[in-house]
Parts: sequence; C-alpha cells; structure tokens
Amino acid sequence: MNALDLSWRRGRLELTQFLRSRESVVFTMAFPVIMILIFSSIFDWDLAPGVTFTQYFVSGMIATGLMTVGFQALAIQIPIERERGVLKRLRGTPMPPWAYFAGKVVLVAVIAAAETLLLVAVAVLFFGLRLPAAPGHWWTLAWVSVLGVTACTLCGIAFSSVPRSARGATAVVTPVALVLQFTSGVFVEFTRLPEWMQQVAAVFPLKWMCQGLRAVFLPDSFAALEPAGSWELGRVALVLGAWCVVGLALCLRTFRWSLDR
Amino acid sequence: MNTDGLAVAVRGLRRSYGDRVAVDGVDLQVRTGEVVALLGPNGAGKTTTVEILEGYRRRDAGQVRVLGADPATAGAAWRARLGIVLQSTGEFDDLTVAEVVGHFAGLYPRAQDPAEVVARVGLADSGRRRTRTLSGGQKRRLDVALGIVGRPELLFLDEPTTGFDPQARREFWELIRGLAGAGTTILLTTHYLDEAEALADRVAVIAAGRIVEVAAPADLGGRRDAPAVVAWRDPAEGARRRETHTPAALVAELAAAYGGEVPGLTVSRPSLEDTYLRMIGATA
Repeated sequence: MNALDLSWRRGRLELTQFLRSRESVVFTMAFPVIMILIFSSIFDWDLAPGVTFTQYFVSGMIATGLMTVGFQALAIQIPIERERGVLKRLRGTPMPPWAYFAGKVVLVAVIAAAETLLLVAVAVLFFGLRLPAAPGHWWTLAWVSVLGVTACTLCGIAFSSVPRSARGATAVVTPVALVLQFTSGVFVEFTRLPEWMQQVAAVFPLKWMCQGLRAVFLPDSFAALEPAGSWELGRVALVLGAWCVVGLALCLRTFRWSLDR
Repeated sequence: MNTDGLAVAVRGLRRSYGDRVAVDGVDLQVRTGEVVALLGPNGAGKTTTVEILEGYRRRDAGQVRVLGADPATAGAAWRARLGIVLQSTGEFDDLTVAEVVGHFAGLYPRAQDPAEVVARVGLADSGRRRTRTLSGGQKRRLDVALGIVGRPELLFLDEPTTGFDPQARREFWELIRGLAGAGTTILLTTHYLDEAEALADRVAVIAAGRIVEVAAPADLGGRRDAPAVVAWRDPAEGARRRETHTPAALVAELAAAYGGEVPGLTVSRPSLEDTYLRMIGATA
C-alpha cells in the first residue's frame, strides 16, 4: 500500500469517528460562528469609514478556528486515545508511525476548511463582511491558512505528550489556547495591547496568523497601523514555517505511544 | 544463542522500574508451532516480559529473539508476522466492529478477509454495532480479531479471558485450539490454572520475576511422580492418611484389613493448583 492510500485510509477513519461524535462536530463548527456573532453584535460600529469591526475580527476568528481544530483538538484528543490504548494497539501493527500523524492531518485539513467556510459565509451573510477582490489576497488567505494550520497541527501533536492523563489534557491545553487568543489580538486590536504582551505573543504562531489574515480582509491602508507599519508577510511565512519545523522535530522526538515506561 | 526452530528465545532477561525488579533473569523458549502459557500471580512479571517480546518495552539486560529478530529494533516486516492481544481492551468508540477490523486488515500485507475474522471470533451478528456498545466479553473478542486478522505466525495473548463467564471461556479456548491446530505459535499469559492446563503444550510458571519451572501441565512440579495420598477413616482412630508411591497396593492391603470396603476411602494426587501454589509460595 502506498503512502497516499494509507494516509487516506487513516484520514477516512478519523473523519468517520469525528462525524459520529456529535458534540465535537457541533462544538468545533459552531464555536467560531458563535464568537463572530457575539463580537460583531457588540462592536457594531466602524473602524474607519466603510470598514466594520467584523472586517477586523474575522481574521482573528479564522485564526482561532484553525488553532482550535489543529492545536486544541489534537492536544486533547490524542491523550485520550493514548490512555485508551488505541495508540499502543496501532503501534503493534506494521503500520508506519507517520501514518497516524497523516490521518490526523487529513482530519484537521477537512474540518478546518469546512469550519472556515462556514465562518466566512456567516460573516458575509449577516455582518456584511466584504471579501477581497484581488487574487493576491486570496493567495495570501490560502498560504497563511495552510501554513498556520500545519504549524498548529504539529504543535498539537507535540503538545499531546505533555499532559500526564486524558483528564488533565483539557485543563492543560485550554488555558494555553485562551491566553494566546487574548495576547495575539483575536479579541482586542493587537496594537492596543501593552508592548511587552505584543512581544511575548510574537513568539507564537497565532499572532502571525491573525496578522497575515488581516492583510487579506482589511484595506491596504491599515497596514500602517500594524506594529511594524506593514503586514510583514515575509516574516509571517518565516515564523509559521519555523513553528512547523519546531513542531515536527518535537513530534518525532517526544511522541509517546503509551503511558508505559 | 542458537534459535533454530524457536519462535521465541529469551536468556537472562531483566527489567526494573526504579527500585522494583519486575523481571529478574527470565529464560524462556517457545518452539515454532507450540502453545506456551506463562502462568503466574499478578505482579509476577508476565506482562513486562511479554511486552518486551512484543517490542513495547525496553529491557535492562538479556538476549531476546522473537521470530529471529530483536524486538527492540525490529521493524514493520517483523510486526506483520506478529499478532498481539494486549491485556487492556482497546476502545474505538463510535466505529463499528466491521470498520475497525476492516481498517486493521488494511494495515497488514497478508490479511484475512475481515468478515471471516469477525465470524471466527463469534461477532458475526455484531459486525454493524458500534464498539462502544459491546459487552466486555465481546470487546475482548474484538481484541482477538485484531490480533489474528494479519495471519500471525506468532500470537501473543495477555490474560485473554479475564472477566469471561465460563461459557465464554470455553468458546474462547476452542478458538485458540483452532489457531494452534492451524500451526500458529502462541504465547499466552494467564493466572488461571485450568486455562494453562487446557491450552498449553508447556507451562512456564513465573513468580517474583523468575521462571520457577517449565514443563508440560501433567509434569509440573514433579506432579506425575508425586506420591499419591490415600486417606480413610478408621473406626477407632478416626481420620488417617498416608503418602505412597504404590496406592493400589496400599488400598488392597487396607481392603484386606477391613474385610471389604474401606470407610471414607479417597486416593488423590496433588492437583495442578496444589502444585502451583506450592511453587509460587516457595519463591514469593
């Protein structure tokens, strides 16, 4: 069986399992939508003439959604599978270890795409989100999303070895995600944050995902309001790429297939 | 270490967890086509030993060859020849039995037809059920299905029938006999004596991390040669018992003395349980 077949087999099984668990489907799909409903309803004034707050928030919500399905979901779900012996069982078969990760990547990619689409559709239909016209912006949307979700997925798999138990996973992972959301400018305009907070956030991928996506949804004139006075797309690619490398290295070095020593 | 004709060859195996020595110099051989039971109480080192052989755990010392390879470094081609039924039951939540078995079949190069395997372990009627809804015994059958779907040459079963009712155990034993009859080499751990006696060609008794004895069930602990115990009730002296290697002669003697029937006569040999308890008691 070739690598592509095997990845797809794993991915299909992961998707089947995900779709049958109604809670996770509803939560994963609805959470970003609910957030945009709340935020766009509270902040219903304009940032600048003709530019609504939604135009700003949507980038943060997309980035948050990608982080939720990539980082948060995997960092919580994998310890559960580890504790239930699913990983140990797979490790006892001739399946190459990477196939397990490939299945997770397929799962995350499909959910991320579906959830982002839903989010953007709601924002367009109910809050007048204006989609970019230039093909360049769509290209930016595509690569920032793909690179961002890849970094999150790899970090999620790597982070899954941190919690000691499945029950502890939610407690360990949720605060990390929440703190990153606040400090990365998801809920508050990034430039309003204290400078030290901006600098801490700049270490992590979420800040750069948000920034890259703002370049897609905000007019070019807003670039001047960014900390560096520009969208810094080159640096966005660099930081996200670096996180992919770091995440992959951590996955390969620290991944635990069982709780045994 | 010469491993000709051996599916498993272990010499001087050791493994500690911190200060606790779990496996303390185990020697064990399983010949190709043989069924060997590793029999011992909880905490004797059964699972640690087996999981080292399966490649899950590292060892501190000792030589280990499983199907000619060192489990610590063997790869996918080696795993394709093994079947593993772990001590704990795996959970697959909302997937159906057929989906899980079908998926695992896809991971092996020479897998059996998944539907056949499902039928073979007695889950034919449950193929479409979600694994979450299976009973404990049915989940265990699913474990076995996943262990055998790749047509293993060597099958590990770690306490396979714990929690089964007597009927389910008998059915399970039939399944294992069928696999052994078809030439599969089997190493099973158990703390049930009757299971070891019913299934194994040879029993390796393990206690406190050491192999106490390896023998055919009938020979264990010198049982075949152990003296028989003749007990009876003397009308004057009450209960009497005597150990002897010639029980028939003693009974004839008694029959003559009592002029026919001997009151309360029993002749017994130590049961496997007696022998086993003596063996693990001696070292535990």
